[in-house]
Amino acid sequence: MLVVENLVVRYGPITAVRGVSIEVGAGETVALLGPNGAGKTSIVSAVIGLVPSTGRVSFDGRDVSNLSPEERVRAAMTVVPEGRRVFANLTVAENLRLGGFVRRRERDQDGERDRYLAMFPVLRERLDQLAGTLSGGEQQMLAIARAMMSKPRLLILDEPSLGLAPRIVARIFEHIVELKKSGITIVLVEQNMMQALAVADRAYVLSTGTIRHAGPAAELRADPRLADLAIGGH
Amino acid sequence: MDYAIQQIVNALAFGSEYALLALGLALVFSIMGLVNFAHGEIIAVAGYSVFFAVALGLQSVLGAVTIAIVMGIVTALVFERVAFRPVRYAPTTTGLLTAFGVSIVVQNMLTLFVSPKARAVPVLGPLNQTFFIGPYAVSSLQLLELAVTIVAIVALVLFLNRSLLGLAIRAAARDFSTVRLMGVKANRVIATGFALSGFLAGVVSVFILARRGSVEPDFGSAPVIKAFVACVLGGFGSLAGAAVGGMVLGFLDVAILVALPQKFGGLRDALTYFLVGVVLFWRPQGLLGRTVELGDKEV
Ligand SMILES: Nc1ncnc2c1ncn2[C@@H]1O[C@H](COP(=O)(O)OP(=O)(O)OP(=O)(O)O)[C@@H](O)[C@H]1O
Ligand SMILES: [Mg+2]
Repeated sequence: MLVVENLVVRYGPITAVRGVSIEVGAGETVALLGPNGAGKTSIVSAVIGLVPSTGRVSFDGRDVSNLSPEERVRAAMTVVPEGRRVFANLTVAENLRLGGFVRRRERDQDGERDRYLAMFPVLRERLDQLAGTLSGGEQQMLAIARAMMSKPRLLILDEPSLGLAPRIVARIFEHIVELKKSGITIVLVEQNMMQALAVADRAYVLSTGTIRHAGPAAELRADPRLADLAIGGH
Repeated sequence: MDYAIQQIVNALAFGSEYALLALGLALVFSIMGLVNFAHGEIIAVAGYSVFFAVALGLQSVLGAVTIAIVMGIVTALVFERVAFRPVRYAPTTTGLLTAFGVSIVVQNMLTLFVSPKARAVPVLGPLNQTFFIGPYAVSSLQLLELAVTIVAIVALVLFLNRSLLGLAIRAAARDFSTVRLMGVKANRVIATGFALSGFLAGVVSVFILARRGSVEPDFGSAPVIKAFVACVLGGFGSLAGAAVGGMVLGFLDVAILVALPQKFGGLRDALTYFLVGVVLFWRPQGLLGRTVELGDKEV
């Protein structure tokens, strides 16, 4: 479903991603793991088109490398960005409305919204509250619900556990499992390796812009070399 | 007593005009961080379009108002497409210099191809009449300015709060790239912002034309300096701040004019800016501005 070939991302003199290739099949949940600065967010940004890159990104057999982020979202790819990035000055309801922007001409907006409000009942109670006043966990739920409002077929989550208490992280991961069961294809970017591997089918482990390991999640979980990478070794 | 009421109406009318001008600047600034000093030239082009239409035989007030507003919108969109889009992702100073460039080029073109002097455009005169409410002499233009400003602000607030594109504009003012992640075209958000500011510029141009009855090359640039001050006073980037800043500036202007002896009338602007400086000393972020750290706005 998603094929990334030989992706290179440069920021001026810095090369953040050095020729990364990734494949994600339809319905799969694939984790992208690695320590701080490994290049995970750079890969996500390049896949959705927010930063310039070389290499090839195809989605559903179609080369999207030259499409703008807006066009990629319309093609049913979506990103829950690192740090959640909810629209703080808009209410929860308004955030969800903007999430459905690409489907604005469709009838079933309410149905879609109800579905995710049922999944995240805390949001239903806070529909008219400014998103900036939500707790970190609630903001993460809103960011996920907002992304799902576009009815994506590929959901890319960039560090959904960032800065959240373990109890909240566990809740978020339960929701990710729930989404996975609904059949959507997921790319899960995480530093939280063990938890991500528990959810994912397969995983790629990155450091300094290069893929170091790849394989089924179960195998990687048992791999002792991972402990090193988790703290940033090579 | 009448004198006081007269001056309050004056202040409200001045304030309305400043508020409309400042809103035009604030809209564009909040979306793309650009202080559009060429906003005055949008007003000027709208005014000159009416001048040309009159030269070609236009006589109706409604026709003139339509032309001014349509040309305001069109000019704003053309400026965005031709001048600002190419420098959209360049550093802030590049955008600022581009705006100055556009302003200078347009002013010189008007000087060169039309005339450096003021040219009469009497068509909007009927908007500016004096009539009496009881004992009070009132200018119809001043009341119109106040009423239109209120309507324009209400319409703008409704648009920004209710429509999907309005939500996108408000969101983009804080976090542009995440708005794009919602599938909203960046070009569309920015063009809408410019179109709205062009609409406001067109309205202001109608008011100035009706009051002065003539156009000249710096038709719009002088008022825009005031609008810039209104924005700073209200808190740059805040739309409510722009409206409030404009009104406060209108009241300051009139109060100073009333308080100063006639022969010091020329000091009005200096004193107004001095008072604005005092306000900013007390509230550096502007009346309604938020204190932001560099980097708060994610690009
Ligand atoms: N906009 C940018 N300009 C310059 N360098 C950047 C930029 N964004 C990222 N980098 C650099 O690219 C490298 C990879 O960063 P990236 O954010 O992709 O890592 P990451 O794996 O997502 O890290 P984290 O887990 O901390 O989010 C880092 O060295 C970072 O400093
Ligand atoms: Mg990251």
